[in-house]
Amino acid sequence: MFEYCSDPSALDGARWLSCYLTNGVHLRFYSSFGTVLLLLAITAPLALAFGFLGAAASRSGVAPLRWSGKTYTSMVRGVPDIVFFLFFVIALDQAFEWTRHQALCPGWDAPIRQGAEFNVCPEAKLPRSSSPQAWHEAYNFSLAIVTFAIVFGAFAANVLYGAMRAVPRAQMETAAAYGMTERQAFRRILVPQMWVYALPGLSNLWMILIKATPLLFLLGVEDIVYWAREIGGSKTSAFSYPHPDWRIWYFSGLLVFYLIFTKISEIVLARLTARLSAGQATAEGERLRRAAPAGPAA
Amino acid sequence: MKTLLLAAAAATLATSAMAQDVVRMGTEGAYPPYNFINDDGEIDGFEREVGDELCTRAGLTCEWVSNDWDSIIPNLTSGNYDTIIAGMSITDERDEVIDFTDPYFPPAASAYASTMDMDPMSADAVVAAQTNTIQAAHVAESGATLLEFATPDEAVAAMRNGEADAIFADKDFLVPIVDEDGDMSFVGEDVGLGDGIGIGLRESDDELEATFNEAIASMKEDGTLNTMITEWFGEDAITFE
Repeated sequence: MFEYCSDPSALDGARWLSCYLTNGVHLRFYSSFGTVLLLLAITAPLALAFGFLGAAASRSGVAPLRWSGKTYTSMVRGVPDIVFFLFFVIALDQAFEWTRHQALCPGWDAPIRQGAEFNVCPEAKLPRSSSPQAWHEAYNFSLAIVTFAIVFGAFAANVLYGAMRAVPRAQMETAAAYGMTERQAFRRILVPQMWVYALPGLSNLWMILIKATPLLFLLGVEDIVYWAREIGGSKTSAFSYPHPDWRIWYFSGLLVFYLIFTKISEIVLARLTARLSAGQATAEGERLRRAAPAGPAA
Repeated sequence: MKTLLLAAAAATLATSAMAQDVVRMGTEGAYPPYNFINDDGEIDGFEREVGDELCTRAGLTCEWVSNDWDSIIPNLTSGNYDTIIAGMSITDERDEVIDFTDPYFPPAASAYASTMDMDPMSADAVVAAQTNTIQAAHVAESGATLLEFATPDEAVAAMRNGEADAIFADKDFLVPIVDEDGDMSFVGEDVGLGDGIGIGLRESDDELEATFNEAIASMKEDGTLNTMITEWFGEDAITFE
């Protein structure tokens, strides 16, 4: 990074530290924060979408749809995350490759499964073994997103299902009395009102999701916890920057990061709750109504 | 002249066929000096150097991948990479699941290290080792209590903070650590384990195995392998005859 870093062994104090903190591994450590934030930014809305579909299916009048919704929530919620990450992801990956194998290599006669091995033709591999490492990482990253979305979607589905049932029955009856169809009532009355009931449960899920990212390394995606452990471990003089076991500092750094991140989330969620409570038939909604200055409606 | 042309043609054919082959080399990246992530964030170490040389000799394009030790064999068999070159000793148990090339590193000693004077073989000793290693298996058989850790570095840390009485690992891994830590010393006898270190491959990959064996043999023959061993492990390291 800096010019004087060419010979780290000759440095000491602040200069050594400035070189140490800007060397290659540290840059990869810093960029892994971006990886984690990107994962959260994509996973959260996707999981919410999965959850919404699951909840809507669970309360559907069509029996098969209702069954599939119920099966999804109860099955996924019952399986430990780590099992899901070890088993489901590999199964998903192999399902893709198997399908591609059938389509791309019709003349292939060697068996795909040989004992523990899974051998599809080279053309069917995802990504191709000749593609650059970045593609492999991107592929693993997307598998991670899909898996996180499915797992957290199941929990979100249950939260949203409960929230939908919490909307006062009178609201739906009034909607029907105004001549709305069931779909219209769902879209115009139920969905806008359910969020305030769903928010506490969803915010719990968000907090858990933030802290679940170390599962990423099971998929070969190097997250912040992996790098903190890797860089913090003691380094002998085979390395340019030898140091004793410094994991405590790196993990303390992560602690601060997580605390700040969850604190910001709490602030945002509190604002969201206040906003969604306005005009609702809940205690918070009532409090907001009383606190508000006299408006045209009062 | 004609034979020369033919040979040249055969050589170009061979290289063009090989050029498309990308062999993905799986390693742990946490076992210096065998393999580690260097300060630039790249995979480095004895095995990186040997692996790159083997690939050059075999005309293969190699791509390095790091993977958690615990899942290093399942990820090979499911095809996420094509080789394991991670200080993995050749043992009968592993040979049932995967294949090994000829060793590129001779059977090396494993050793106990501790910050106190103790007998690592006694029944009340607590010995730390990395999980799924021949060293862990050896401790379990020795009668001492085994404490397993995901990485060798954590095993050393456990011994330093008193959770374990001693650490048992490859001696070559421990030497630099013991040298730089005044409190630590080797205890007990060195133990010879395993049949040397080879490259792990899928059992169906016979062709790749033959290619690597040939390259390993050529490196043994001209002495480059021994040079690399002494370069990374010191003058006292065991080399090939």
